[in-house]
Amino acid sequence: MSETLPATADQIPVTVLTGYLGSGKTTLLNRILSEDHGRRYAVIVNEFGEIGIDNDLIVESDEEIYEMNNGCVCCTVRGDLVRVVEGLTRRKGRFDAILVETTGLADPVPVAQTFFMDDDVRAKTKLDAVVALVDAKHLPLRLKDSKEAEDQIAFADVVLLNKTDLVTPEELAKVEATIRAINPHAVIHHTQRAEIPLDRVLGQGAFDLSRVLDNDPAFLEEAEHAHEHDDHVCGPDCDHDHHHHGHDHHDHDHHDHDHDHHHGALSDIHDVTVVSVSLRGGELDPRKFFPWIQAITQEQGPNILRLKGIIAFSDDPDRYVVQGVHMIIEGDHQRAWREDERRESRLVFIGRELDRKALEEDFARCAAKAA
Amino acid sequence: MPSVAPYDFDELVEAALFLKGEPVFALADGTVRFPAGGERTVEAHAGGLLSARLDPAGGRLITGGEDGRVVAVTSDASVSELASIGRKWVNRVAAGPSGVVGFAVGRSAFVCFADGKVKEFAQQRTVEDIAFAPKGLRLATARYDGATLFFAGTDSAPTELEWKGAHIGITFSPDGRFLVTSMQENALHGWRLDDGRHMRMAGYPSKVKSWSWSAKGRWLATAGAQVAVVWPFAGKDGPMGKPPLELGLRGGDIMVTSVACHPTEDMAAIGYADGMILAARFADQKEALLRRGGKGAVQTMGWDASGSRLVFGSETGEAGMVDITG
Repeated sequence: MSETLPATADQIPVTVLTGYLGSGKTTLLNRILSEDHGRRYAVIVNEFGEIGIDNDLIVESDEEIYEMNNGCVCCTVRGDLVRVVEGLTRRKGRFDAILVETTGLADPVPVAQTFFMDDDVRAKTKLDAVVALVDAKHLPLRLKDSKEAEDQIAFADVVLLNKTDLVTPEELAKVEATIRAINPHAVIHHTQRAEIPLDRVLGQGAFDLSRVLDNDPAFLEEAEHAHEHDDHVCGPDCDHDHHHHGHDHHDHDHHDHDHDHHHGALSDIHDVTVVSVSLRGGELDPRKFFPWIQAITQEQGPNILRLKGIIAFSDDPDRYVVQGVHMIIEGDHQRAWREDERRESRLVFIGRELDRKALEEDFARCAAKAA
Repeated sequence: MPSVAPYDFDELVEAALFLKGEPVFALADGTVRFPAGGERTVEAHAGGLLSARLDPAGGRLITGGEDGRVVAVTSDASVSELASIGRKWVNRVAAGPSGVVGFAVGRSAFVCFADGKVKEFAQQRTVEDIAFAPKGLRLATARYDGATLFFAGTDSAPTELEWKGAHIGITFSPDGRFLVTSMQENALHGWRLDDGRHMRMAGYPSKVKSWSWSAKGRWLATAGAQVAVVWPFAGKDGPMGKPPLELGLRGGDIMVTSVACHPTEDMAAIGYADGMILAARFADQKEALLRRGGKGAVQTMGWDASGSRLVFGSETGEAGMVDITG
């Protein structure tokens, strides 16, 4: 596990925009580029195409997926981003943030991994968040004919459920339930014509270890229940009505953590292949946890899209936080546990073919005291 | 200690070199500076400059930029456009024999002939770097999973050299016998061109972003480690089965970020991440301090033709000229 490099003010935040053709990425980019927000963004696009704005910070880049020659099939980076980011960051103070627009069919993982695996890119930039745009009308169709659409949602920190004006409330509820089934941990915003305050999309710090799980709706929701509040919350940034999706998936028992309800009920839209596994326990033994998490990410890395966690180690006054993408995992001490906080360990996996039972048993075995 | 004439440009220095004995600095902001004898500045590129390499035969500097242009800059500070490709980045440039210039844009290599004619060589993957063989119009490109060789003057099929991984830099040995690439995976790879035999040069802790062939091409000095790693290329088999020289170890983890071999002697200037510059002789590994250090990593260095003066430039814009005769 790599220790995190200290974040410095010189590291430029990078937001990755994913979404199928027609989901509204270009509309959102045009808004970001033309709105009077006083900030300068460099935008890396696949094709200049529809962006009608003349700006010397829009860079066209051919998607190049480079498999790292290190025996790991999931260690892929976007070679074109390595080069373009290197070029863009050579002049200091030129812009405040970078946006990467991916093609409709793009796999978001190599894009994200580039910001962890390439030392030069990592020294100069930090991945802020992966934002997926979803066309409310056409998502069911997209999910039927492609794995990429599901991957983009599964991998996202923020989902913009766009074009909500083109569907009925019932259709919208169903689409949102589907998104939640694929990724219970993303913050979802409803939009029309990609209209959203930019602070809901940019500057999210979703990969920032000091903020791991801070904006995670499923995580927060469980935390709320753990403290015996009844308010149904969907995260601090939530700006929509939550009741539509309550029956489909949020209406579960928060105490036994059986998340199997995240699939099955939705088969009329799509057979979801991505699952999420939430693990919860007391204090862990670092001598058991670290070998396990390293082994599990080595062995099952290709199936793990994202993982995040907050760990309470015995005899450790600080919260330990981890986050990972495929086989890349990083962790660090975050801050001291507060007096009023329950010293709990939480770990969330999103991926395919995850063996929930085995993960639960392995996690339980990492407990500081024998159960 | 030799004398250093310092300059400060406040922008990353992509290339420091001499044109007809005059120190010249190509900066990331697209300008080319001639600081000696009354400072002159020329704008080579709008937006930014991405690549700048010496054309030793033509006595000029070739640059490529974000504005899609390839230009030549001469010692009298005049700029001439060689090609303009539109709204795409010119990622790499290279000078070939007889006034020929090559450049890389996305998935194409272009060759610009002395008469101004431009020929495109489209490829399947991004052209990461481009280099010319010392003789003949032979062009090589670095790409994912290998390198490709073209005869620029003909339409004959290219020769593909395969090696798994992402190749991001490329250079021919001065005698034309070897082709060497740098890789995303912190290694060099080489091919002996007459039989395609492979050479693996690994063990670097970071990417090799600077290299330099010694006088007569007997050695290839490289950055990317805590020492300058200098591979022997004199024998028939090149570096195969031979350990490299390791020069300029300072202790600690300070990386070598730039190397430049002396034009006549078997020695190299070695630039470090903390701005220090040493000279080290290959035969006895004797070292001399050329610059104590500075604010940023040494990005580029270049010797004059006689080897008595060295220019350097750093990531943070600090630059200078060292007179080793004192």
